[in-house]
Amino acid sequence: MIGKIAWKNLWFKPLNTFLSVVLLTASVSIISILMLLQKQFEEKFSSSMDNIDLVLGAKGSPLQLILSSVYQIDAPPGNIAYSEAEFWMNNPMVESAVPLAYGDNYLGYKIVGTSDNYFTYFDLKLTEGTFFTKDFEVVVGATIASNIGLKIGDTFFGTHGDSEEGEIHDEHAYKVVGILASSGKVADQLILSNMESVWHMHDHDESNHQSGEEIHPHEDKEITAVLLKLRNNMAKVTWQRIIPQNTEMQAASPILEINRLFSLFGVGITAVKYLAFGIMFISGISIFVALYNTLKERKYEFALLRIGGASKFQLFWLVLLESIILCIVGFVFGIIFGRVGVYFLSITTQEEFKTAFDPTEFLWKEEGLLLLATISVGVFAAILPAWKAYSLNISKTLSDA
Amino acid sequence: MIQTRNLVFSYSAQQNFSFPDVACDDGQALLITGNSGTGKTTLLHLLGGLLKPESGEILINHQDVCNLSASKLDKFRGKSIGMVLQKSFFIESLSVLDNVLLNAWLGTKNKSKNKAMAILETLGLSGHEHKLPRQLSIGQQQRVNIARALINNPSLILADEPTSSLDDENALIVARLLKKLAQEYQSSLVIVTHDQRLKTEFNRQISLL
Repeated sequence: MIGKIAWKNLWFKPLNTFLSVVLLTASVSIISILMLLQKQFEEKFSSSMDNIDLVLGAKGSPLQLILSSVYQIDAPPGNIAYSEAEFWMNNPMVESAVPLAYGDNYLGYKIVGTSDNYFTYFDLKLTEGTFFTKDFEVVVGATIASNIGLKIGDTFFGTHGDSEEGEIHDEHAYKVVGILASSGKVADQLILSNMESVWHMHDHDESNHQSGEEIHPHEDKEITAVLLKLRNNMAKVTWQRIIPQNTEMQAASPILEINRLFSLFGVGITAVKYLAFGIMFISGISIFVALYNTLKERKYEFALLRIGGASKFQLFWLVLLESIILCIVGFVFGIIFGRVGVYFLSITTQEEFKTAFDPTEFLWKEEGLLLLATISVGVFAAILPAWKAYSLNISKTLSDA
Repeated sequence: MIQTRNLVFSYSAQQNFSFPDVACDDGQALLITGNSGTGKTTLLHLLGGLLKPESGEILINHQDVCNLSASKLDKFRGKSIGMVLQKSFFIESLSVLDNVLLNAWLGTKNKSKNKAMAILETLGLSGHEHKLPRQLSIGQQQRVNIARALINNPSLILADEPTSSLDDENALIVARLLKKLAQEYQSSLVIVTHDQRLKTEFNRQISLL
């Protein structure tokens, strides 16, 4: 019954209620969006990173090298000679090495030339078809297959470079021979072929100009990067120094670079979080002002309840409950709007960065703590008004009426 | 029934009240009159357990309410005392019916909708159950007040100036209604008022000086 009064009272002052709920919803949705994005972002980054100790690539920004080779986000800093890279790939300290050669894209999805090693390295399984065996045969990531509806046996032409609008290589068509099972890794968003496909696609351009040249010695071949898994922990550290000193290449550590990136992001995320908690604080003040302002007109209501047999504590509870209901309603709306926000954000990131976020995920621990924080805002906002109701002098209130 | 003995109350050293003994049996009505400043409302609040007397005792149904703990007193008040006030206060956000049911719940922990509807009908309020209190006329509001006071069959009905904001006709209606209902419910009715119109309606009267 106390709950019913509290609920009805909230509806009786719709503007006060609306203001408080809107503020709470805003802060809760901002915080929950940030928590979801941060968590899923870090998960995506970390899941693609495991297994990769070092990345070998052209000199330049190590972060750019990592982003382009491990996450397929940025453009690569440049190319390296395959012969030079092979020297390090065959080093006994290397447990496993995966070369990557970037050339074309299809509708914005990168076509990456690599070796069979890629599939074992990242533990990828096929849902249909086979791995590539011949030139211009490709294996397609799960997300691409479902997004653009590629099937086994389909053929398509690649577009040069990494942007959708570019020169189309219409001399050779790629043929889909396999489709990967969804792994949650970048491979979901990639089209994989052997390295020769990438080389031949571009050699062909040149052979138009220099006809007759048929021999392509391995030494001239260029690739973009090599992913390395090392046996030796010392090498993980020393190669980062040795390689750039002795070659035209660099070796970058994904963990190091990504931690640097996260710490940069972290500052921004923390700032927005403080802002959101600031809004929550303001909503606490708005609840307090609303409750405190109505105390004067409500004291007869309180006196009436006491005459009817309500205890002091029931009045205290009534005021507290109104505030807590507000906070829970605000929290629920905030969580819902947060999900809607992530959903729309995900559509944009899917289009622009080929990365989707999952709005249906629940972070029980973090969002549970957020609920506790929201409720405690409500409790703090209500405690003084509730105390005033608790300690109301009924006889005096009625005599003054 | 209610019985008081040697009630004394003081707000401060200068402002003392000592009240004549009050006695009212079940089904009986008692009018307490007096000019303002004679402690009418104070006496009523003492009887209703809203104030504690400095000395003396108040027996309601042989229960000395002065010795009850605060929480027991709240429960006792909800169950055994019905109060009708001069001004009609309501939980504004609740319907007429819910306002009556609220008192039923506060007093007895159960909400009998049938009983509440019946009592509203007795008071001529059928059809107004689902309105908000502010949508009713003052006379109707005062009758909702009475319904609320009676919902738990209290052994004591305390009325504080129940008629002073009403016109002659409504004042008489309300006074007679209270008297009749007190008899029906076998409650003791104590009315505190300065309303001269009621003096002819009640036989038993105490004047405060």
